Amino acid sequence: MSTPTLSPRRSRHRREDEFTGERHVYEPHSVGLPPLRSYLRELWRRREFAVELSRTKLREQHFDTAFGQLWLVLNPLLLAGVYYVLVDILRRGGAQGEGFFAHLMAGIFAYYFILNSLTVGVKSVTRGGRLILNSAFPRALLPLSAVITAFMRFVPTLLIYVPVHLASGLPIGPHLLWVIPIVALLVLLACGLSMLVAAAQVYFRDLSSFLPYVLRIWLYVSPVLYYAEDVPDRYKFILDVNPLGGLLTAWSDVLNRGHAPEAWSMLLGLAWGLGLFVVAGLFFLSREREFAVRL
Amino acid sequence: MSSLSVSERTAISVEDVSVTYRTSFEKAPTLRSTVTRLGRRERVVREVEAVRNVTFDVPHGTVLGVVGANGAGKSTLVRTIAGILPPNSGRIEVHGRVSTLLALGVGFNRKLSGRENVVLGGLAAGIKREQLAEKYDDIVRFAELEDFIDMPMRTYSSGMYGRLAFSVAVNMDPDILLIDEALSAGDARFRRKSAEKMRELCGEDRTVILVSHALGTIKELADQAIWMHKGQLRMWDDPETVVSAYTEFLEVRQDAVTLEDV
Repeated sequence: MSTPTLSPRRSRHRREDEFTGERHVYEPHSVGLPPLRSYLRELWRRREFAVELSRTKLREQHFDTAFGQLWLVLNPLLLAGVYYVLVDILRRGGAQGEGFFAHLMAGIFAYYFILNSLTVGVKSVTRGGRLILNSAFPRALLPLSAVITAFMRFVPTLLIYVPVHLASGLPIGPHLLWVIPIVALLVLLACGLSMLVAAAQVYFRDLSSFLPYVLRIWLYVSPVLYYAEDVPDRYKFILDVNPLGGLLTAWSDVLNRGHAPEAWSMLLGLAWGLGLFVVAGLFFLSREREFAVRL
Repeated sequence: MSSLSVSERTAISVEDVSVTYRTSFEKAPTLRSTVTRLGRRERVVREVEAVRNVTFDVPHGTVLGVVGANGAGKSTLVRTIAGILPPNSGRIEVHGRVSTLLALGVGFNRKLSGRENVVLGGLAAGIKREQLAEKYDDIVRFAELEDFIDMPMRTYSSGMYGRLAFSVAVNMDPDILLIDEALSAGDARFRRKSAEKMRELCGEDRTVILVSHALGTIKELADQAIWMHKGQLRMWDDPETVVSAYTEFLEVRQDAVTLEDV
């Protein structure tokens, strides 16, 4: 964006009216960021759009029928099976404890929530072509809607997990309530990542084809196919630089080990989630006015 | 009405607005091409000054026609007024609720049905679900798409597309309606119908900006007209004058622009 020339009648307070009400003033954005308060207000006012967009997307995937849901659940379930066999072979069998399959499955399901948010989110802006060219609305609704879609697909997998948890004889108790803040942080992380890749995809259209490779590697460096404590000390730093490292460690501690997560893993998850959300959000917002000419 | 101040009588005021954007020569920018180009230090972006120092204003209840050759900056100007593109300098003030109908688009997702497109488009425009449900039947009836509304939009003809887009835009109760090349869609009967609807909207003290290559339509409907040429405002006058000057300009230049729609 080039620097705006100042006109004498320009006044800052008027910018509050961006999308709302009866009066709109459009001026150059000096710092590239739209006025945040009115942006967030508009975002909230149009939340129904994000929900409806995700609902139509799910309908496209036949999420509203029983078999359609089963199909969506089957994919991560089969994957958990495949990885279980794989890890079992690599370990020459039998070395894993009783609850390992449950750990693997819970990890895969949580990981797939992030993966779905990213793969749906990455094209959310570039696919919104006509809508973006033809109406003014907070563009962040598009990647956020992808997170709603991914979340709706995540919930039924949690239900599938319950019988496995019970069958593996894993502990049940109030510590399971920790699932709620962990899922909340996963959602925060998913929102940040989705906005980041959606905006980046506008500038690099092949990002979506690189993404599967990145996601595959990310799965391998996350404590899903193994327990976090099995990571050798010299590789422990990978868990810290991995945005999912802390959260998935906490996830397994709560679901599998039956105790509250350690403070460091939750704080790490919070730091990554919040940090990415803020950075990606600001990046997205500062770029979104440009999307219309880039599509 | 006479008690209203000047600024309240003005629906849209465009003050010294310029819009510049950077385009790249590549069709779609990719990471691969960026990386492979790294060593060569070529610059593949070009600045396009789509709109340059344009100033005009539109009083309430006026139909403003916009004419100009392809690439004159008409669509960019309208998108800037709609708040879709930010101006690089200058200031735009819009009083009223804007409904846009730019380049025939409600159907952003051709896989979805007409109904889903209408609902999503409306929600994105900030219309409440209840309001939308209320207007829904009117929209479909006006577009004459009762039998097709639940079919995916990829099965629509371009005329049906245009009818639905027009119908959504005019039925959203806009104070200000921005239309870009829309009236040429649809058959003669629908064009007459949409022209009538526009006249009706204008009678209700609404404002319309109409971008069209159909000079006949501009002459018939507009109260004022502007002529955009290479991003600049070349003329701002009554439609007769602007259209005849524009036609003369085209004839002198022997340009390839056709007037088939007249």
